[in-house]
Amino acid sequence: MINFNDKQHKVKVGLAEMLKGGVIMDVTTAEQAKIAEDAGACAVMALERVPSDIRAQGGVARMADPDKIEEIKQIVTIPVMAKCRIGHFAEAQVLEALEVDFIDESEVLTPADEKYHVHKWPFKVPFVCGCRNLGEALRRISEGAAMIRTKGEAGTGDISEAIRHLREIGSAMKALTIMSEEELYGVAKENRVSIEFVRMVAKTGKLPVPNFAAGGIATPADASICMQLGAEAVFVGSGIFESSNPQHVAKAIVSATTHYNDASIVANASRGLGDPMKGIQVSSIPEEEILHTR
Amino acid sequence: MSKYSHLTIGVLATQGDFQRHQYQLELVGARSQLVKLPHHLDNIEGLILPGGESTTMNIMIDRFKLREPLTQFCRLKPVYGTCAGMIMLARKIEDNQAGVKTLGIIDIDVVRTGYGRQLHSFEDRIEADLGNGPESIAAAFIRAPRVTRIGKAVETVVEYKNSPVLVKQEKAMAGAFHAELDDDTRLLEYFLSNNLF
Repeated sequence: MINFNDKQHKVKVGLAEMLKGGVIMDVTTAEQAKIAEDAGACAVMALERVPSDIRAQGGVARMADPDKIEEIKQIVTIPVMAKCRIGHFAEAQVLEALEVDFIDESEVLTPADEKYHVHKWPFKVPFVCGCRNLGEALRRISEGAAMIRTKGEAGTGDISEAIRHLREIGSAMKALTIMSEEELYGVAKENRVSIEFVRMVAKTGKLPVPNFAAGGIATPADASICMQLGAEAVFVGSGIFESSNPQHVAKAIVSATTHYNDASIVANASRGLGDPMKGIQVSSIPEEEILHTR
Repeated sequence: MSKYSHLTIGVLATQGDFQRHQYQLELVGARSQLVKLPHHLDNIEGLILPGGESTTMNIMIDRFKLREPLTQFCRLKPVYGTCAGMIMLARKIEDNQAGVKTLGIIDIDVVRTGYGRQLHSFEDRIEADLGNGPESIAAAFIRAPRVTRIGKAVETVVEYKNSPVLVKQEKAMAGAFHAELDDDTRLLEYFLSNNLF
């Protein structure tokens, strides 16, 4: 049952609150984790491969090796997150046993269950899930997610999908607040979520968990536009360690996230960063290789 | 008119749950100002250092030249730190792996994540006497710091399981936990009414 006043849920959402205004960076080694922390990241995501490599190399993408996660936990003081496959509750249990601070049930990894997501309420460790629209966001929150993020299109360096998802959620939220009771029923039915939950969100005018941006962020201005469109923090995947100067880019994206509404600071952060990740235009990716539809 | 409407309180907004504090200030009718740059300290009467990551706050304080003006402000004016904010106000961090330079406003030593990682985060009721007899307040300890030493000039306002969790020294106050995650503004009001604004 959905109970947002549950104490355990409150401290899960609480950690998401503490990450606001910050940048969560994908890292694959202890050395990268240190670079991320020194640049001002508020958390790191411990991974086997960054999304652009998963995309390039193909194959089944799974949870990271526990040794890798431990190694990264040892080197940094900030929270450490890790990804499990969609629906793979045993991977999630392993990550909880490893005491990672947040689990990302992620479309970047190969989905394990075509039908169901992880039932997240019983876990003590919080989950973040990706979503493209309000319906997905509401379903993931109903399942117990303590944070949602846009899916964007990971590993591309193309911000367009993340922007689409932020705008979709923003517009749908606005529409919800002025809907009549029968329209709210329509939303509940169409999105397969409870009417009580839809009513609650409509009444407060905001989602009950923080909403972060992810998928395609590669520059300081990318971070700024996401924050200005309502994201409360940003995840950066391949954008940092696939660039020619990771230290610089990491620092710049952190500065631009904190000062997202001060264009002169974003401008300064954007100077002389070297080559950003080359990237790939989302519209040129064959449909079967698109991650955000997972 | 609220009794706090004459006050403008800054909230350090380099990173963390500054929106929650801003929201609570709004609930009690005080004005707020997000502090990201030195000049944001100019027209405020007090300051809140929110929860978040002290490693990140420490870096951003230096990167945007806040160290000196922030320290000066905290020495002279009322400040309230929660969680990471408590760490920043402390004199010393034990086993300071990330090399965080604290502002040294309250004579306490702390251990970061002294209650454990997120798996061990919890909410419990604390008993606080805020001047009207003991009251019970919901306190969320989220990767919270633990106070390991407390100086003579420091007053323990609330103790929880043999550790000070809310302390005061002159105009500065700090809590290891979060009371700002819901709409209960009692601790904020305690800060606003007891700190000689």
